[in-house]
This record gives sequence, C-alpha cells and structure tokens, in this order.
Amino acid sequence: MALSDKDRIFTNLYGLQDWRLPAAQRRGNWDGTSGILGKGRDWIIEEMKASGLRGRGGAGFPTGMKWSFMPKQASERPHYLVVNADESEPGTCKDRDIIRHDPHTLIEGCLIAGFAMGAHAGYIYIRGEYYNESRVLDAAIDEAYAAGLLGKNAAGSGWDFDLYVHRGAGAYICGEETALIESLEGKKGMPRLKPPFPAAVGLYGCPTTVNNVETIAVVPTILRRGAAWFAGFGRPKNSGTKIFCIQGHVNKPCNVEEEMSIPMRELIERHAGGVRGGWDNLLCVIPGGSSTPLLPKHICDDVLMDFDALREHKSGLGTAGVIVMDKSTDIVRAIARLSRFYKHESCGQCTPCREGMGWVSRMMDRMVQGRAEIEEIDVLEDVTRRIEGHTICALADGGVWPVQGLIRHYRPVMEERIAQYKARHATPSALPMAAE
Amino acid sequence: MSFEQPTHFAFDEASEAEVAKILAKYPEAKKASGVIPLLYVVQRQMGRATGSAWVPKVAMDVIADRLGMAPIRVYEVATFYFMFNMKPIGKHHLQLCGTTPCMLRGSDDVMRACHDAAHVQVGQTSADGLFTLTEVECLGACVNAPVLQVDDDYFEDLDYDRTVALIEALKRGERPTPGSSIGRQTSAPEGGPLVLIDVPGGVAGGGE
Repeated sequence: MALSDKDRIFTNLYGLQDWRLPAAQRRGNWDGTSGILGKGRDWIIEEMKASGLRGRGGAGFPTGMKWSFMPKQASERPHYLVVNADESEPGTCKDRDIIRHDPHTLIEGCLIAGFAMGAHAGYIYIRGEYYNESRVLDAAIDEAYAAGLLGKNAAGSGWDFDLYVHRGAGAYICGEETALIESLEGKKGMPRLKPPFPAAVGLYGCPTTVNNVETIAVVPTILRRGAAWFAGFGRPKNSGTKIFCIQGHVNKPCNVEEEMSIPMRELIERHAGGVRGGWDNLLCVIPGGSSTPLLPKHICDDVLMDFDALREHKSGLGTAGVIVMDKSTDIVRAIARLSRFYKHESCGQCTPCREGMGWVSRMMDRMVQGRAEIEEIDVLEDVTRRIEGHTICALADGGVWPVQGLIRHYRPVMEERIAQYKARHATPSALPMAAE
Repeated sequence: MSFEQPTHFAFDEASEAEVAKILAKYPEAKKASGVIPLLYVVQRQMGRATGSAWVPKVAMDVIADRLGMAPIRVYEVATFYFMFNMKPIGKHHLQLCGTTPCMLRGSDDVMRACHDAAHVQVGQTSADGLFTLTEVECLGACVNAPVLQVDDDYFEDLDYDRTVALIEALKRGERPTPGSSIGRQTSAPEGGPLVLIDVPGGVAGGGE
C-alpha cells in the first residue's frame, strides 16, 4: 500500500519539470489561493489541526496548535512568519529539493500561513551553503510578485504579504528557532532562554512563528484537498506524507515522499534498492537525522517510520534522514564523527555544551582507537546524562543521544575495541582515566 | 601564514546595488539584520577584485558604519559564522563534507584525492594559490554523498577518480557542471525515478 503518485504533494521533487511559475501552476500551485484565504483565519487553523500535521523540522510539534499561539488581535507590533530553511541536521536534504524544484509550494504556503497568523511579512532563513537554491527561491519570489501573488492584495486575497529570503552563513545552531531569530536580527546565533516564546516575543520583539520548509510547503495542498485526506495517511497522531532521505549503505540513495508509518524495511527496499549486500548485511540505522539514536537491525526488521513508533525504541523520526549502515561500518567511528560535528557546532553559550561536546568528542576519539579503560564507558554515559537537559537549547541533547544509543546497543563492540588495544599495547597504560 | 590587511575598502558599484536591495528587506530601525548579507557582499567583491574571497577588517568597519553598529558587533558575527573567510583564500575553495553520511559513502577517498590532485592539506592553500581546502560539516545533500562544494557549487556522488578529474579540470580553468558526477537526476535513485511517473507533466505524462 505504497503511496501513489496522485497523493504526492511534491510532484516535482526531483526537478524533472521546470520550477518556474507557469509550470508550477500547471502542477496545481496557486490554484484558488484567495478562496482559501477567504475562508478565514480560524477555518485555516482548525483545518490544520484536523489534518494532524506535525512540524517536519524534527521536533514534531502540531502545526495548527503552534499557529494558534499567535495573538488573535493585532497590536502596534507586527506579526512575523519565519521559515526555517537552515537545513543542517546531518542526514537531511529534503528542504533543498523543495526550494530548488518546488519553490512555489513553499511561497504559496508562506502566504497562507502568514495570513493565518496575522503576519504581513515573512522571512525565509536559508542556510548559506545553499547558494544556488537561494537564487532559485529569489527568482521564484520575484515571479510571484510580478504575477501579483505576493505584495499588496496578494493573489487577489485582500491580504498584503511580503516575503524575503535571508541567507545564513554556516552555523547548524541557527536551525534552533530562537538562534535563527537572533541571527536574522544580525547577531551571533545563540539561542534565547524560553519563555518568552517567539509567539509572544520573537523577531524584533514581535509575535513570530518559526516553521520548517516542508511544514509550510504542504499547507496549500492540505487545504485544497482537505484535512481528512492528509489525516488518512499514517497512523493516528502521525498523519500525512513525509519526505524521507535514504542514504548511507543502500544500493540507490534517494529522497522520496512516502506515507508516514511506512515500515522502515519497506521504505529502504522499495525506494533505495535495499541495503548493500542484502537486508541481512544491515548493522543499524539512524532513523531521523544525526540526533536520533541508532537502531540495530533486529529493531529495524519491523519498526514503523513515524514519531511514536521510533520513540518507543528510544529514538525518533526527527527530520526523517535515514542513515543506513551495513556490517562493514566502524560504528564507533561513525558515532565519533557525529560527536565531532556537535563539538564544532556548539555555539559556546552554555558550559555543559561548550565544554561537554569537546570532552565527549575527545573521549569518543579514544573509544575509536580503544585507548581507554572499560570503566570509562560508564563515565562517558554518566557525563552525557549530566549534559542532557542542562542547556538552553537541544543541541547538546542531540549531541549526546547518538553516544547514548551507541552505548545502549553496541557496548560489547566498545569493550572489545578496548581489549584489542590493550592486547596490542601490553605495557600498562599510563593513561589517566577519563581525562584527555 | 601571515597576510596583509588592506588599509582601505569601499563598496564598488555592483556591491552598492546589492546593498540597496538587501537593506530594503528589513525595517529601517532594524538594519543590523543586514550584517550577514553585507559580509557576503564584501567577500564576493574581494573575490572579484583580488581573486581571493575573504573579509578584511577594514571592510567590517565599513559595514559597521553603514549599519550603525559598533565594529565589535560586526567582528563577532563575522567570526561566529563559518562561511566568512577571515584571511585570504585560494582561487577555489574546496569544502569537503566529512560528516558521517558522507564518511559512510567514501569522503575519506575524496579527501585523499584533494590532497593528491590539488596538493593541499586541510586549512591550507596550495602553493600555486589555486586551492584552499576546508573540511566542513554536513552540507545537506546526504543522498548524493560524498559531496564537495567548490565555491558556490555542489559536486555530488564523488569518488577518488572523479574528484581528481574535477580538480584537474579546475586547474585547466574549466568549470565542470555541478551536481551528480554519475549523471543522476538530482536526488532520484540511480537509474531513474521510481515514483513521480504518473503526475501531470511527469515522465509518463510527457514533461516539458
């Protein structure tokens, strides 16, 4: 019961067709947009709630509910929509395809979402490395203005809406919504303490909602085809379709839009040509981008790809970046490289993260060699627990979860590595425990 | 490596046009929002003018003046974000992703190819001034791993030989077509899309 093409939202995901406005309109974009806005703000938000859409940026927060947090009454402070296109979670490359191949789904979604939250202006914050993608987006926005779909009386709706592209400059942390807002204001991307939440005090101190690209881009189709249509895919509370990025040790890595709750094995075998060397050659899978703990093969055999099923296994759907690793993988090194990533990307604001990510990374580098004591695995695990939950944002949590997952599932591999190192270096180690 | 900081910087005509477009995006009282975009304008102008895309200190002072910010606020932004080069770089910036998804697909081989063909180590510029090599974190093109970003462009699905060929072409002054080096249709599986066949204007429906 794979998703059929007629139910795919991103019909130009691979860029087989032109991204420009005339082709986008032939694909159904901008069809009856003013009619959707004409049904009113409350109808749109209720319909989004009924669709069951949960944010596609990793956290999975219900979108309709998030929008409803914006103040109902306009004040002297303008409202802002901010779209998070800072796609940087290792394993994630879905928003890139939306932006470069289907930009009008995103732009139309911005108008509808902006209207629903009372915003007359929106900013799309795109990661700096996506330079060519930002050029496409700029050009698509220019087209939309020229066609009267943005600006005064956008799309003939009576609502004024301006949309701007803002490029980041190479900082994973700016995918965190308050760091993104800081960056957009012209500062270092350091997350803010919450509360206040952006819906109360966001961009320029004004009510702001930050949504992921994919979240906003699915909105027009949901409202055209109806909440019930979207809610009909996936299990309850895990509704809809979703772009999966299948990569690593598969025969044919690819992006694909599929139904939520599809079994992981079916996803990999149907769309990505299966695991290199066959399913039995699978070691483990990181199911939802680098922050989500790995799952060994026996869980992958029958796990479903949705928020709740993966959570039951102490992992998560995250951004749906499916990183497949076969039995040739040095799993300790694979996770140690992620630790290096989080060390590099810590903004340095909170001590447990600034110091902890570096400590964990150096410790993991020793674990790769086996140059450690067995007890240090426990020390490492303990330190990750002391980091987790003790910082302003979730970067450090995402940084230690992969290590916790490694210890949870592959402790014997780590122990064996240490034993091998000791056997090779028979002289007693002068290594001070748990230090660098 | 020591290098000289220029003593003067002014936006050229092309840059001034860019700056005007950028500042129109933000409320007048919030023009500090323009700091990252203006740093890009500087870096691009330096690339045009000198062949090395970097951000000199004096240019940051010009930005501070233009945006009504304290210079330190510009310096801290420029040094916080990874994409601003605080010292001169080579003609081409080789930015190799080494994060796990690329590592699993052979980024070690691509790194070796950069060493062998461009004669450059990470963090350095080659003796001929053609290449600066940086190991970057996830570039967000993971289903086309391993990925090497050359200046603004992504080169994807690389291996050792294709990376060497790419670098040799750059040496000859050519500009190979960015994207998949094995001819894949963007993020579709190798061999062609398995979905999106039956869509209006799609493969079966006769695209444009």
